Amino acid sequence: MEVINAIEVNHLTKKFGNKIAVDNVSFNVKQGEVFGLLGPNGAGKTTILRMMTTLLKADRGSVKIFSHDTVKEGRLARSMFGLTGQYASVDEDISARENLMIFSRLNGLSRSASKQRTQELLSEFSLVDSADKPLKDFSGGMRRRLDLAVSLISSPALVFLDEPTTGLDPRTRMQMWDTIRKLVTQGSTIILTTQYLDEADQLADRIAVIDHGKLIKIGTPEKLKQQIGGTKLNFTIGQVSQIDPAAKIMTDQLGDSIHFNGQQVHASLKHTSQLTPLLVALQQAGISISNLTIQEPSLDDVFMNLTVGKN
Amino acid sequence: MDVQTHRGNLIMNTATMAYRNLLKTFHNPDRFMDVIIQPIMFMLMFGYLFGGAIAGNVKNYLPTIVPGILIQTMLSAASGSGSQIREDLDSGVFDRFKSLPMAHIAPLAGQLFADILRLLIATVTSLATGYVMGWRPTAGFGWVIVSGLLAIFIGWSLSWVFALVGLLAKNATTVESFSMITMMTLSFLSNAFIPIKTLSKTMQVIAYMNPITYVITAIRQILSTGSWTHEAVLVLIFGIGIVVVFAPLTVWAYNRNN
Ligand SMILES: Nc1ncnc2c1ncn2[C@@H]1O[C@H](COP(=O)(O)OP(=O)(O)OP(=O)(O)O)[C@@H](O)[C@H]1O
Ligand SMILES: [Mg+2]
Repeated sequence: MEVINAIEVNHLTKKFGNKIAVDNVSFNVKQGEVFGLLGPNGAGKTTILRMMTTLLKADRGSVKIFSHDTVKEGRLARSMFGLTGQYASVDEDISARENLMIFSRLNGLSRSASKQRTQELLSEFSLVDSADKPLKDFSGGMRRRLDLAVSLISSPALVFLDEPTTGLDPRTRMQMWDTIRKLVTQGSTIILTTQYLDEADQLADRIAVIDHGKLIKIGTPEKLKQQIGGTKLNFTIGQVSQIDPAAKIMTDQLGDSIHFNGQQVHASLKHTSQLTPLLVALQQAGISISNLTIQEPSLDDVFMNLTVGKN
Repeated sequence: MDVQTHRGNLIMNTATMAYRNLLKTFHNPDRFMDVIIQPIMFMLMFGYLFGGAIAGNVKNYLPTIVPGILIQTMLSAASGSGSQIREDLDSGVFDRFKSLPMAHIAPLAGQLFADILRLLIATVTSLATGYVMGWRPTAGFGWVIVSGLLAIFIGWSLSWVFALVGLLAKNATTVESFSMITMMTLSFLSNAFIPIKTLSKTMQVIAYMNPITYVITAIRQILSTGSWTHEAVLVLIFGIGIVVVFAPLTVWAYNRNN
C-alpha cells in the first residue's frame, strides 16, 4: 500500500531581521504518525508550526498538507487541520459553550450541527459543568482542554499542538497525554512540539530535534536515546564477594556497558524494559543491592550529545 | 471553489463574527460602558448640573443637550471599534481565525457590522434617557427616527476611521488613549453642550472648524423643524465621503497586516 504523507515540509526558512529563526528545515510526516518537534526555548518550534499552519509566510520553502500547497491552496489546506497554539486561542470574555458554538459556525457547521458538536466536545473534554461559566474562572488545564476541543471541531485528520502540556501540573499533564493518545487511536495524524524529552518519548513515533532553527536529528525515540547512551542505572552491591557473580549476570544481560567502582555499579540500559529481568536475576542469585537510581537521559544530554563536534 | 459559495461563506462568517462581537459586548462591562452607562450618566450629569445655568432649567436645556450627547456617544461607541480590533489582533484568538477555512475579511466585516448594532443601542439609550428626563422634540417621532439614523450613519462612518487607527496602532492602550482624547476634544470643543454664541471669539473659531459642530447642528435642526435641512444633506455627504475614503484604506491596512 502506498504511504500517504499528511505533511511534506521542504526547505522551510524564516528570518526575523538578521536572525535566522528557521534554517532550511525539511521533513515528511506519514498519515497516522505522531511527530514531535523537540527543542529548547527559542529553537524555532513555534515558528515552524506557524508556517505549516499558514499563519506565517515562509521566506523560502514549501509546505504541503495532504499534497495541497499551503500557499496556492490555502483555504483547502486550512480545512484539513486543527491547531492548538502555544498560547490560549479562545475568547476570554465568553463561555466555553459560546466559544465552541462560534468556532463550529466558523468551521462551516449548520446551527443544529454546531449545537450537537458543542455538546459532544463539552462532555468529551469534561467541561459540561463549567460550560456556561466565563473563561476567566477557568484553570490552566481547563483552558487548555477547551483550546484543544475547539481545534477538534471539524474532526481534522491532522492536528497541530504547540507545547500542549507546558504549564500544566503532573496530573493534568497525564490527562492531556491520554487525550492525545485517544486522538491517535481515532486515526489522527499529530504534530506536536515540546521541550521535554520524556513527553516526546511517551507520545511520538518520531522526533525531530531542533536547535537554533536547524533540524539536527530526526528519528524514533529509541534511536535518539541509543545514540546518547540510553537510561543510566546505578546501584551498590551489598557484599564484596558478590561483585563477580553480579558482573557475570550483568554482562550476560546488558553487554559491555558496565563499569565497576568498588561495590558501586554504573550501567546503561538500551531500553527500560531491560531493568526488571536484571533485578529478578540478581535477586535469584541472592545478590543484595542498595542505593538504586535510574536516570533517564535529559534534553540537555540529547543536545550535548547531538551538538558535540558540530560547532 | 466557486464564487457563489465564497460569498455565502462571507455573509455567514460575518454574521457569526458580529454575533461574537455582541456577545463580548454584553459579557464585558467595559464594552457596555460606552454604549449604555456613559450616555445615561452624561445625560443626567450635564442635564441636572448645567441645565439651570445654561438654559434656565433642565427642560429648556434638553433640546440642546440630547443631540449633543447623542453625537458624543456615537463618537465614543465608534472609537471602541478601534481598540476592539487591536485587542483581537493581539490576542491568540486571531491566530485561530486565520487558521480556519473561513472568509479572510470576516473578522473586520463582523466588527463593522456589530458596530451598527452597538451604535443603535447607544442611540436608543441616549434618546430614551432624554425622554425620561422630559425631552419632547417638536418634530415628532418620525423625525426622531430620521435623526437617529443620521447619527448612526455618522457614527458608523467614524468606526471605519477608528478601525484604521486600531489596525495601525501598536497596542490597545495606545488606541484607547487616542480614542479618549479624540472623543473629548471633538465633543467638548463643539456646540454639544452650550450655544456657540456664549463662547469666546477664539473658541468660536475652533468650534466652527470642528465637523462635529455641524453634525450636531443638523440633528438639532431635524428635531426642531421636522424637515430635512440643507445642513443635514451636507452632513450626510460628509459621512459618505468618510466611508468612501476610509473603508478602502481600512481594508488595505487589514490585508497588509494579515
Ligand atoms: N515575530 C517575531 N519577530 C522577531 N523574532 C521572532 C518572532 N517570532 C519568533 N522570533 C524569534 O525566533 C526564534 C524562534 O522562536 P520560536 O518562538 O519559534 O521558538 P520556540 O522554539 O517556539 O520557543 P519556545 O519553546 O520558547 O516557545 C526566537 O529567537 C525568537 O526570538
Ligand atoms: Mg514556542
